[in-house]
Amino acid sequence: MKHSGYFNQFGGAFIPEILVPTFDQLEAAYLEAKADPAFWAEYKQLMSTYSCRATPITYAENLTHHFGGAQIYIKREDLNHTGAHKANNVMGQGLLTRRMGKKRVIAETGAGQHGVATATMAAKFGFDCTIYMGAVDVERQRPNVFWMEQMGAEVVAVEDGSRTLKDAINEAFRDWVTNMDDTHYALGTACGPYPFPEMVSWFQSIIGTEARQQMLERVGKLPDRVYACVGGGSNAMGLFSGFLDDPEVELVGVEAGGRGSGIGEHAARLAYDDASVGVAQGYKTYFLQNRDGQMQDTHSVSAGLDYVGVSPILADMHETGRARFEAATDAEVVEAMKLTVQKEGLIPALESSHAFVQAFKDAADMHSDQVILINQSGRADKDIFTVADAIDDPKWKQFIIAKADEYKKANPELAIAGGV
Amino acid sequence: MNKLEQYIRQQREQKELLLMTHIVLGYPSYDDSMRVVESMVEAGVDLMELQIPFSEPMADGPVILHANSEAIRAGATVDGCLEMAEKITAQFDIPFVFMTYYNILFSQGVMPFVENMQRIGIQGAIIPDLPPEEGRDYIAAMRTHGLSPIHIFTPNSSPQRMQTLAENSDGFVYTVARKGVTGKETQFSAELDGYLADCRAATDLPLALGFGVKTRADFDFIRGKADMAVIGSETIKVMEQGGVAAVKPFIAGILRE
Repeated sequence: MKHSGYFNQFGGAFIPEILVPTFDQLEAAYLEAKADPAFWAEYKQLMSTYSCRATPITYAENLTHHFGGAQIYIKREDLNHTGAHKANNVMGQGLLTRRMGKKRVIAETGAGQHGVATATMAAKFGFDCTIYMGAVDVERQRPNVFWMEQMGAEVVAVEDGSRTLKDAINEAFRDWVTNMDDTHYALGTACGPYPFPEMVSWFQSIIGTEARQQMLERVGKLPDRVYACVGGGSNAMGLFSGFLDDPEVELVGVEAGGRGSGIGEHAARLAYDDASVGVAQGYKTYFLQNRDGQMQDTHSVSAGLDYVGVSPILADMHETGRARFEAATDAEVVEAMKLTVQKEGLIPALESSHAFVQAFKDAADMHSDQVILINQSGRADKDIFTVADAIDDPKWKQFIIAKADEYKKANPELAIAGGV
Repeated sequence: MNKLEQYIRQQREQKELLLMTHIVLGYPSYDDSMRVVESMVEAGVDLMELQIPFSEPMADGPVILHANSEAIRAGATVDGCLEMAEKITAQFDIPFVFMTYYNILFSQGVMPFVENMQRIGIQGAIIPDLPPEEGRDYIAAMRTHGLSPIHIFTPNSSPQRMQTLAENSDGFVYTVARKGVTGKETQFSAELDGYLADCRAATDLPLALGFGVKTRADFDFIRGKADMAVIGSETIKVMEQGGVAAVKPFIAGILRE
C-alpha cells in the first residue's frame, strides 16, 4: 500500500495476508477516483437524481424559542433515499465497485440502515448482495430485514460472539477473504482498515460541504457549533469535514451513553473513561475492551451506535482537541426525540437524537445571535417498532396484538413455527 | 539459522513430512488443553501452535471461532494462557509457537509480551492480523530474543510479496492452501503444485502447509511438496465429537507408517 492510513497513532491496516492485494486494488481505485473530477461529478449527479441531494437545512424555530438560546438549524440527512446518510457512502462505493469490475457486494449492518442502503445500491447497480447482521439485530429489526430481502439481498444472521454489529463485521471479513476476486465489501462506517475510514469520510463529506455553503447562504455566517451522533462515526465525519478549516466552528460528537458510565452499560468510547487504545477489526482506535484486549459488550437504545470501536479519525480529533465528545443516555435520547417530534414535526432516528440531546443542553446557555447546526442523520419512522418500544406506547402494543391474532388465525402453521 | 529452523531441518532428516497441530488454550478448559497437548505429543506431532483466544478472531472459521469465544467465556485469560504455556514447554520436548491476534500483544505491550515468550520457552508466533508493515517493532523484538516471527503466504501473494514476507520471517513460513478462513474444505489437487513451487522459489525457509488438512489422504498428498503439514480445526472437531480420548488415535492414524 502506498499510504499508511494513520491519523497520528490511530488507524492503520491490520489485515489478514490474503486480503493484501485486495486492499492494494481498493486503495488504487479510491485514489484514482478521488483524483478524477468526473467521478465526483457522477457521484453528485447520482445523489441528486436517486437520493434527495442537496438535502436542505431546516430552521427549528419552535425548538429555538423553547430553549431561548442559540438559533437551532437541522441538516436533513433523513431525507435521503432509504432514510439516512448511509446512502451517501453506499452509492459512492457502488460506483467504485463498478469501476473495479466487481459483481457482488457484501456489508455488515447493525440497525439495518446500512444493510437496506447497500441492498438498494445492489438492486440499482445489478450486483449480487449478501448482508451480515447479528442475530440479535435480525430479531429486533425485522422491517429492515424485510426490505433487504425484497430487494434481493441474502440476509445472514450471525450467531457468533455477542451476535451484534462487531460480529457482523467479522463475518463480512470472513466472506471477503474467500470471495475477494468478484466481491467488494461496502463497509458502512468510517472505521476498519485503511482506506475505509478516509474513503467513507470522503463520500460523507458531501454533508458538510453542502451544510457549510447552505449556512452561509441562509444565515450569512458559519454555525458556532455543529453536532452529530457518533457510532462508527461516518455521519459525524461527513458533517465535520465541511468545517475542518474553520477553527471557530466547534465540532461536537455525541456517543451512546446508554444507562451511564461503566463497561457494558454504554457505547461511549471517547466521552467516558472506559475505553482504551487497541487493535481490532483491522484498525487501531479506542475500544471498549478489558485489560487482556478482549472486546466487551456494549449497550445503547439505538442499535446504530451500539459498537465497540470508533473512527480512528475521530479518535485523533479527540486527542488533539479538535472535536469535543459527549454522551447522551437512553432516557435523554427518547425525551429529545419526543420533543423534536412535538415541536417541529421532525422525526429524528434514535441515533440522531443523541446529537439533539447535547445540542439542546448547550443551546439554552448560548446567546440568541449564536447559531448551532445539528445533523439529523436519519429518520425514525422506519424504526417504528423500536421507537414504539422506547416510548412504551400502549396503543401500538394493542395494534400489534390484534395484528398477531389476525395472522395466527389466517396462518395456523406459522404460529407454531415462530422464530424469525 | 535460529533454533526453530534448526529443529525443523533436523527432524526432516528423519521424516519426509512433519506434522504441526493446533489447540486453543483454555478450550474447553485448561485441564483439557493440557491433556490434548499430551495426547498429541505422544502420538508423534513435531510442533504445536498454541492459540491464545481473542474475542474477534477475524481470520478463523466457525470451529476455531467458537473455541475462542467458549474459552473466553469459560474464563481463559492471557495470564492464564501464559502460565499454561510455561507448564507445557517445561513438560514436553517439542517446540511450541503462539498463534494469536495483535491486540493480545498490544494490550500487554509488544516488548513485555515477547520477553515473556522467551522466558517461558515459546519459540515463535503467528499473528494473522499483523502484516510486516504494521509489525516492525514486533519483528525486531522477536529477532532480538531469538524467536521466530512466522508470516503467511497465500495463493494471492505475488512473488514480490512472498519475498517481503520471507525476509520478515524466521523458523518457517506458513503457506495457506486456499483462500478463506480456517477449517473449510480444501481440494488437494495438482493445482496446488504451481503455488507451492512459487512459495518454494520465494524462500529457503521450511514451508508448512495448512488450511483444510483433515485426513491421512491429505497428509500423504502433501508429502514431498512441503516440509510440514498443519492440522488445525479438524482436531478440535475430533475432540468435540469424541472427547479428549479421541485425539491420540486420530493423530496416530494420520502418522502411521
